[in-house]
Amino acid sequence: MNLKPETIALIEAAIPKYPEKQSAVMPLLHAIQKDIGFLSNEAAEWVANKLGIEPINVLSVITFYPFFRQHKIGKRHIRVCRTLACAMAGASKVCDKMLSEFDAELNGVSPDGEVTVEFAECLASCGSAPVMLVDDELYENLDSAKATDICNKIKAEAKNA
Amino acid sequence: MAIHPKEHRIVLKYADEPGYTPKIESYLEHGGYDTLKAAFSKKPEDIRDEVKKSQLRGRGGAGFPAGVKWSLVDRKSGKPIYLVCNADESEPGTFKDRQIIHKDPHQLIEGMMISAYANDCAKAFIYIREEMPHGARILDEAILEAKGKGFCGDNICGSEYSCDLVVHRGAAAYICGEETGLIESLEGKRANPRIKPPYFPAVLGLYQCPTIVNNVETLCDVKHIMEMGADEFAKIGRPNNTGTRIWCVSGGVQRPGYYEVGQITLGELVNDICGGPLPGRSIKAIIPGGSSMKILKAEDRYKGKNPDGSEYDWGLEDIPLDYDGIAAAGSMSGSGGMMVLDDTVSIPAALANLMAFYSHESCGQCTPCREGSLWLKKITTRMVHGEARPGDVDLMKSVADQIAGRTICAFGFAVAWPVQSYIAKFEDEFREYEESLSNPDTDRTSIKELACNHG
Ligand SMILES: Cc1cc2nc3c(=O)[nH]c(=O)nc-3n(C[C@H](O)[C@H](O)[C@H](O)COP(=O)(O)O)c2cc1C
Ligand code: SF4
Ligand code: FES
Repeated sequence: MNLKPETIALIEAAIPKYPEKQSAVMPLLHAIQKDIGFLSNEAAEWVANKLGIEPINVLSVITFYPFFRQHKIGKRHIRVCRTLACAMAGASKVCDKMLSEFDAELNGVSPDGEVTVEFAECLASCGSAPVMLVDDELYENLDSAKATDICNKIKAEAKNA
Repeated sequence: MAIHPKEHRIVLKYADEPGYTPKIESYLEHGGYDTLKAAFSKKPEDIRDEVKKSQLRGRGGAGFPAGVKWSLVDRKSGKPIYLVCNADESEPGTFKDRQIIHKDPHQLIEGMMISAYANDCAKAFIYIREEMPHGARILDEAILEAKGKGFCGDNICGSEYSCDLVVHRGAAAYICGEETGLIESLEGKRANPRIKPPYFPAVLGLYQCPTIVNNVETLCDVKHIMEMGADEFAKIGRPNNTGTRIWCVSGGVQRPGYYEVGQITLGELVNDICGGPLPGRSIKAIIPGGSSMKILKAEDRYKGKNPDGSEYDWGLEDIPLDYDGIAAAGSMSGSGGMMVLDDTVSIPAALANLMAFYSHESCGQCTPCREGSLWLKKITTRMVHGEARPGDVDLMKSVADQIAGRTICAFGFAVAWPVQSYIAKFEDEFREYEESLSNPDTDRTSIKELACNHG
């Protein structure tokens, strides 16, 4: 496992926060997924070893929680809320726009490797529906025009990267 | 954002004030942590009594009285007692805890430290959903600030009492909002809810120790009860429905948003504060307390007998906007997440949307919930796609009836109640789908968009 020093620092800081080591599974997985992009079997074994538990205990956590993933996704993680308040406000069209702008399929990686577009369940921002998350950023009160602006921004950032 | 004159803001008093920030300086300038300091001159049991006297009820979903919950904690076990703040905020329709966490995190920390001291807690946690990454960062920073000034951590306010506070992030699973699923998750496991009995958190919670789980808003209310006194707090609202509540309104109204109110009616919230339906539309139904709660239909009369024998006969708008009022109308105020469905909304398509949610979120432990929610998703989806089969409506009812009350956790009711209540109130609409929508010429674009379920 080739982890960045800041990831190691996060991990070392997380473990003593809990009365029992196993509680640190999720913070460790968060840190590693942020660093490497997904959670391999090697990562599961590494975490298990670090916390003195069995790899199966880590794998069962990875496979339970939708946010933890065992495969790579696009560079940017786009999550469009699909639940009722957002759906009533036009989430479906927003999602379609995001997909067509990147020529992507739902849950897949776009051909340029830039994005993965997924549906999310209620993001706790229904008063400003429809909403989506692009990595850590929440975008609210969306429509097709705003979705296009966001896509353009992502594309521009990809060029400058 | 201008605050509506019908609002009664206590918890959100400063949240939207221009210039108010999540930094501790802002909080201290507004009297922050004074109540915590004062709390240390009181005995823990006196604080617990005050909270009990206030009749504060939980704001997370079930509405259980907080003081009673605290009195059930096993204090004789010799084990450490834990306090956990439920900031999972994942019940569809709910977005109030988000406001507190992002705009006034120190209020939550103060409420938690008062509650922790009152219950002699060894350690406290905030379980926050993964999809609020900024919220988690804001809380982490606020905790560091509070520790720096002695309001959290070792020897709080110079007292003998110490309590660490740790932020724990979820990973996008709704079931982590259920308190025993949350506890499993905090232990580093799958969030499979535990069976009660014996696993009542107050006795066998986190690490099999006594544990208190309370919602973000509930814990903030504790601060205000200690600040204004239980009697003043109880004067807001009616007995058994004391204090303010933050309502989250979404869907077909002119001004969706979060509104903190005292005792008002549902009509005052939806029409006066939220401006009523959009131009040219009318309200068809309201889901009052998050997507798990039973639906209320616009034209219905809500009748019954009060405990004192007097009778009530309300239209939708007359329903008192509190725990007992909404319960008397046959639903629950739940998490305060109110979704307004206007006349453009197809009820079967709305149900298809929610069934996709529930089947995705079932933890899978109980067969009726796992299989039943999947069936309900499949049936509602085929309805929306014009492929309903004869008998589908009755089949849905029967599947829902077989889930309710036959599962480990209340998620089972959360799946069953929408199905049972939407069909009970809008049976004609469902029958129409069952019978006539198999016409291949029907334009299904908008109902498919509402179901929003590409899977
Ligand atoms: C399926 C399910 C999801 C829940 N989600 C939440 C939630 O997101 N936030 C919350 O505070 N309570 C949620 N609850 C309620 C909690 O189990 C628990 O009752 C509550 O956090 C207790 O806090 P309170 O007494 O202060 O309301 C949920 C319950 C169920 C059954
Ligand atoms: S009712 Fe559903 S969510 Fe709750 S424990 Fe059973 S399977 Fe899991
Ligand atoms: S339904 Fe989309 S944020 Fe709640």
